Amino acid sequence: MSRLQATFKRLQREGRKALIPYATAGYPYADITPALMHVLVEAGADVIELGVPFSDPSADGPTIQAASERALQQGVGMPQVLEQVRQFRQSDTTTPVVLMGYANPIERYDQIRQPGAFAADAAAAGVDGVLVVDYPPEVAGDLSAQLRQHGIDLIFLLAQTSTERRIRQVAERASGYVYCVSIKGVTGAKTLDIDQVKATLARIRQHVRIPVGVGFGIRDAHTARQIAQVADAVVIGSWLIESLEGKPAADALAAASDLIRSVRRQLELDVPEQTSSPKAKNAKP
Amino acid sequence: MKTESIYNQPDADGFFGRYGGSFISETLAQAVEELQQAYLFYRDDPHFVVGFQEELADYVGRPSPVYFARRLSEQTGGARIFLKREDLNHTGAHKINNVIGQAMLAQRMGKRRIIAETGAGQHGVATATICARYGLECVIYMGSEDIRRQSPNVQRMELLGATVVPVESGSRTLKDAMNDAIRDWVTNVDDTFYLIGSVAGMHPYPTMVRDFQTVIGKECLLQMPALFKRLGMAKEHPDVVVACVGGGSNAIGIFHPYIEHEAVRLVGVEAAGLGLETGQHAASIQRGSAGVLHGSRSLVLQDDHGQVQHTHSISAGLDYPGVGPEHAWLHEIGRVEYVGATDDEALHAFHLLSRVEGIIPALEASHAVAHAVKLAATLPKEQVILVNLSGRGDKDMDTVMAQTGRDKR
Repeated sequence: MSRLQATFKRLQREGRKALIPYATAGYPYADITPALMHVLVEAGADVIELGVPFSDPSADGPTIQAASERALQQGVGMPQVLEQVRQFRQSDTTTPVVLMGYANPIERYDQIRQPGAFAADAAAAGVDGVLVVDYPPEVAGDLSAQLRQHGIDLIFLLAQTSTERRIRQVAERASGYVYCVSIKGVTGAKTLDIDQVKATLARIRQHVRIPVGVGFGIRDAHTARQIAQVADAVVIGSWLIESLEGKPAADALAAASDLIRSVRRQLELDVPEQTSSPKAKNAKP
Repeated sequence: MKTESIYNQPDADGFFGRYGGSFISETLAQAVEELQQAYLFYRDDPHFVVGFQEELADYVGRPSPVYFARRLSEQTGGARIFLKREDLNHTGAHKINNVIGQAMLAQRMGKRRIIAETGAGQHGVATATICARYGLECVIYMGSEDIRRQSPNVQRMELLGATVVPVESGSRTLKDAMNDAIRDWVTNVDDTFYLIGSVAGMHPYPTMVRDFQTVIGKECLLQMPALFKRLGMAKEHPDVVVACVGGGSNAIGIFHPYIEHEAVRLVGVEAAGLGLETGQHAASIQRGSAGVLHGSRSLVLQDDHGQVQHTHSISAGLDYPGVGPEHAWLHEIGRVEYVGATDDEALHAFHLLSRVEGIIPALEASHAVAHAVKLAATLPKEQVILVNLSGRGDKDMDTVMAQTGRDKR
């Protein structure tokens, strides 16, 4: 069983929802990422989405754009991101890591090396899932096959504007989980409409049988709890990144920890009584 | 059409060979599909086609003339240079052709809000113009660096009622304006039409913009034989067609009808900036590699990590790190030659054309003129070079004067 499957199975058994923080790799400092990932896990993250910096992140709002630009200035590209995952894996072998980014850094990685190099190297580093923002199912065929060969899930986005035909198309190809975009807009945008999210989730679940996470526009713990009540996973991105901005490394790590802890506490309010402590899973091996 | 029987690109998914396609986030998929369907329907709708032609005739002033640049040709001592005068169009460039087509489509799709990106400002001005004409809301994204370089066009857009939004991300030029326009489209997808100004972007834009711009080449196919006859030349087609290539819409517009006429050499001129060897240029075809940017796969200037590189050109309209996917394809199959002209060569051509023909060309088109002059000197007098003079240079006065001042110092 893949780490993603195992994680979602465990959470389902415990009556918990997955908390998925998103962090841009190499932000705010080039070498902070492995430590930040550990801090997020200790604070209660179940899966980590690691943003791969790209020069033209057209689906991202100002916060992630700026984080991406800063990471790029510090020389963080795909090879560095894979190295960060490898370092994280040295002391965490259970928490799934999903790379989220754009097609070009992946295509370029293979172009410079050889076809299939990205999938092989990502697997070797310990990556569990890949979400390519600008690869809709129609063009994802080659990458999907290469990733599957290495046991990596290709994660797709669905949105409130997705037609039933497109939802079916994603349902046929998606593995790991499906990422539902909660708003019409870019990452970190205006507050979301919970009823709209519910309606979209209902349409998605008519066809999609794997877990569905919701992200884009979740900016407080209360909204996170509302989303967790209806989705299988909650993704926190821009809000988390804003909490790191302008802080020295130690303070940034503490801020990230506080933020994810506060969300986890809200999510725990809806967990059935008999379930054991959420910290059990985080015990060091 | 005869052309399509031989050169039938793109395929149903918008691919020109391995280039093109639709690399978009799911949040845009529905809007793009809706646009694809609307375009496929209206491009064959006789009312739409006739309406488009009437607008081009009555509002733009088409057909634009082809002019024999006699004194310029004499200066080269070689081939004769003819100019397709897109600079005489209303708003001063070829951009208006495509803008009318897309704005007509937006109206039929019930979209009342138009957004666009602009580099040199010509596409922004054309879009603001048509939005005024049709009574549509207009928002133009423009890099703050370009706003500085092209301030007269910013004033024009605002005069025409458009809102100009400065873009401060990335390199603050055309590519970043395009990113912000895409972000706006995702956010306001219900009522907004994204009016792309070049043959770049996701399918169907490269095809749609091409189709609206091929009016340039189609007119030439009719005008050149008549002009040759008048001048007593036993010719039907030019020997060479030259156009500048940034995103590549004016070039594809004049090249496309000539693709099946295999004896006609087609030459695209990229911005070589400070020189192709300096790294300070915008020559995506000659120095780029396959990559995915702004929704399609094409040739892109990028580093080893797949990050899109900053470009340099004296002309804002050519300062783009990608190129329309059809150009990447035409390069790959060898049907079009792609060369470069440097900032200095373009500036020289700017002054030369102004002095010997009384025509002030846009800095973008000056790149094409520069190469044509160079090429003409190597060809016999009987040969003919047709240059797409895609825009006029009034907007570039500040840039040119500043450059000239620098040279004097």
